[in-house]
Amino acid sequence: MRKILLAAAFCGAAVPVAAGPVSSFQLKNGLEVVVIEDHRAPVAVQMMWYRVGAADEPPGHSGIAHFFEHLMFKATDDLKAGEFSDTVEAQGGDDNAFTSWDYTAYYQRVAADRLDLMMKLEADRMRDLQLTDDVVATERDVILEERSQRVDSDPGSLFSEQTRAAQFLNHPYGVPIIGWRHEIAALGRAEAEAFYRTYYAPNNAVLVVAGDVVPDAVRAMAEAHYGPLKPTADIPPRLRPQEPPQLAERRLSMSDPRVSEPFLMRSYLAPARRSGDQVEAAALVYLAELLGGSGTTSLLARKLQFEDPKVVHSYAWYDGTAVDSGLFGFGLMPLPGVTPARAEAAMDAVIADFLAIGPDPVAFERIRTQLHASEVYAQDDVQTLANRYGEALAVGLTVADVQDWPRVLQAVTPEDVMQAARKVLDQRNAVSGWLLTEETK
Amino acid sequence: MFWRIVPLLLVLASPLRAEIAVKEVISPGGIKAWLVEEHSIPFTALEIRFRGGTALDAPEHRGAVNLMTALIEEGAAEMNAQKFAEARDALAAEFRFDASTDAVAVSARMLSENRDRAAELLRLALQQPRFDADAIERVRGQVLAGIRGAAKDPGAIASDLFNRLAFGDHPYGSSGDGTEQSVGALTRDDILATHRAVLARDRVHVAAVGDITAEELGTLLDHLLGGLPKIGAPLPGPAIVGLTAGVTVKEFPTPQAVVRFGTEGIKRDDPDFYAAFVLNEILGGERFGSRLMRELREKRGLTYGVRTLLADYDQADLVTGQFASDNTKVGEAIRLVQEEWRKLVEDGVTEQELAGAKTFLTGAYPLRFDGNGAIANILVGMQMTGLPIDYPATRNERIEAVTLADVKRVAERLIRPEKLRIVVVGQPEGVVSTP
Repeated sequence: MRKILLAAAFCGAAVPVAAGPVSSFQLKNGLEVVVIEDHRAPVAVQMMWYRVGAADEPPGHSGIAHFFEHLMFKATDDLKAGEFSDTVEAQGGDDNAFTSWDYTAYYQRVAADRLDLMMKLEADRMRDLQLTDDVVATERDVILEERSQRVDSDPGSLFSEQTRAAQFLNHPYGVPIIGWRHEIAALGRAEAEAFYRTYYAPNNAVLVVAGDVVPDAVRAMAEAHYGPLKPTADIPPRLRPQEPPQLAERRLSMSDPRVSEPFLMRSYLAPARRSGDQVEAAALVYLAELLGGSGTTSLLARKLQFEDPKVVHSYAWYDGTAVDSGLFGFGLMPLPGVTPARAEAAMDAVIADFLAIGPDPVAFERIRTQLHASEVYAQDDVQTLANRYGEALAVGLTVADVQDWPRVLQAVTPEDVMQAARKVLDQRNAVSGWLLTEETK
Repeated sequence: MFWRIVPLLLVLASPLRAEIAVKEVISPGGIKAWLVEEHSIPFTALEIRFRGGTALDAPEHRGAVNLMTALIEEGAAEMNAQKFAEARDALAAEFRFDASTDAVAVSARMLSENRDRAAELLRLALQQPRFDADAIERVRGQVLAGIRGAAKDPGAIASDLFNRLAFGDHPYGSSGDGTEQSVGALTRDDILATHRAVLARDRVHVAAVGDITAEELGTLLDHLLGGLPKIGAPLPGPAIVGLTAGVTVKEFPTPQAVVRFGTEGIKRDDPDFYAAFVLNEILGGERFGSRLMRELREKRGLTYGVRTLLADYDQADLVTGQFASDNTKVGEAIRLVQEEWRKLVEDGVTEQELAGAKTFLTGAYPLRFDGNGAIANILVGMQMTGLPIDYPATRNERIEAVTLADVKRVAERLIRPEKLRIVVVGQPEGVVSTP
């Protein structure tokens, strides 16, 4: 079920929790360090999160943040191209990296006694990457293939790009992370090196080390490997162009012969988690769960799949971990024979009823219980915990915010949810996009 | 998020960290399970596998196992789908039901504080599913939408076509989701019969990891599974791998062609399996430094990623791989794959490549055992593969024992250029079908 999976990928409503022992400190050069202990298995994860992502790119250079992420695996003054991954893999480890609008992160997962070597490697490429034109040109081809595979071959992904571009009138969150094809094709070594010099520095990064490690030893290793790296004095502040008041709903439609079922994507501009003030974001987590979290018991599922079937499936999502703005959204696939207009009207009627009546208290308590239990389950996966701290710190939240988050979630009231719902579910903030088959266009 | 490479799931999950204390538990009622007690987090991960999976479908009922499995959580005993989901969510228990080619998998996470009540809900789902008419129609609609979607997805088209060429009329030769026609025709009686045929005690394997003792697990298993039929439907016979050398092109309007390739593989219990496993790692394994990744991606930028794997099904074995490449470049990429295939047989591998693959495989092995859910999954997989409970202690030795001569022998046997079939879905330039 491709679309469901696609939908799941957008449901970014992470519920960070306080793990076992978590400690944090900062090196003199500005590098922030978080250590999460989990001694059940002799494994360690090192993650380096840079506070730079696609939304920090110069105009016209879309994709450079992600392109650069690929280039970080090339030669340094000490290593040949590819030797970074070869070295990690020779230890039996795995390594990878990912880029979002607000951050770029690199990680290795290794036996805990190899952590020192991983730090040596990661420190080396923070400052000493040595690019050549050939290496940049070949990697650009890889990225164009990546774009072909993940976006251009999938009409759902192509349409997501279009709706997101319509959502943001002014903010660079509307530009795709991987970049527009014509701009990727024009990126070269000069753009890459300028980006690297500007943003890759210890005082623009957060190191998260998780697993079978002890804070004192991590601190000693971090001092030894990262301590000598010079900070950059003039890292640009993250002052991106902000959204003006959005006054008009945007409606899009696109058809493609590769689409088999029509699909609605609806999104709204929404507040993000704020340091020291996460109540509104927590309320939006409940709102997404109440309206479209469960495929059986959420309001949309009950009304549109069970009581008076109009859709194959439906969901709601909220992504609130971001520097500037979060997003709230819905998706649905009409049943064969139900027109897109009727399915969308039915969804809007459910939303309108909810705004008038408010949440079912029993459903509300069930979600509170599930959010509480997710803290227990989350402790089983130390890499997920590392992600939560890294992502939060990369967007300007603090360790305390991450640790408070479960408590904030438990304290949300139905009134908080209704207040947030009335603010966010405003059609002037909305983009409604129909991806259609050739027959339904 | 955009990744340097999208992580791919391993089909062959190999097991374990030697220090993990795995116990065999036999319930009072005679149900066997493997258990790791881990009391530091108050929940238990439970993995149950029923051997058989979608391969148990009769041809005219293709998709029955998949639809039945999707319906297990849609109401049980006195609870309709809504009531069942509300009860489960109120306990914050998590159940997943999944049908794959050779197994129906049940995965559960249950909190210690309400484990008995969660297990009772799971028991009702497994033993007394309602299969209400409205639930059947609703879920059937979801499955049909998925089938129509797969018909327009080049990756799914390539897999279906490759499997048809490989396995013909055997159940492995078609999608376990079924067709619009076969799924459209399934009746409630078909679903009930499938339930009795698939969820039976003669084919069940269980692993549990977490906050539970052997005695508690024994009691739980008798309660959970004791009431299921003793004997299920016979497994399908072996599948004959009918792949021949050549290229099959399926025209599809997309900018990037999807390629699936492969040939007959090696049995999991073959004495040369570990040599083949190391050989695959060198050719197209998990590392960026595999031969195919180096030639196609790192040197030439022809693809975002290429992988090969040993696909060991219960009834057949394949060496198979996959990549995608723009229509203009895919011809060159295919020629390189064929060339690497040939080189592997003609020139063998170097001592250095062998050592690199071994270091990676033996080092990566213990890293997999890092969480209750992950460990339970590995343990139940070991049982399905027929591995002994002490396998973790010997697995790395088996990798270490592989010699250059072993790899050469198995390469000659396995990597047969004259049997390599390549399926291409897209509009590839300069690539045409051969017989």
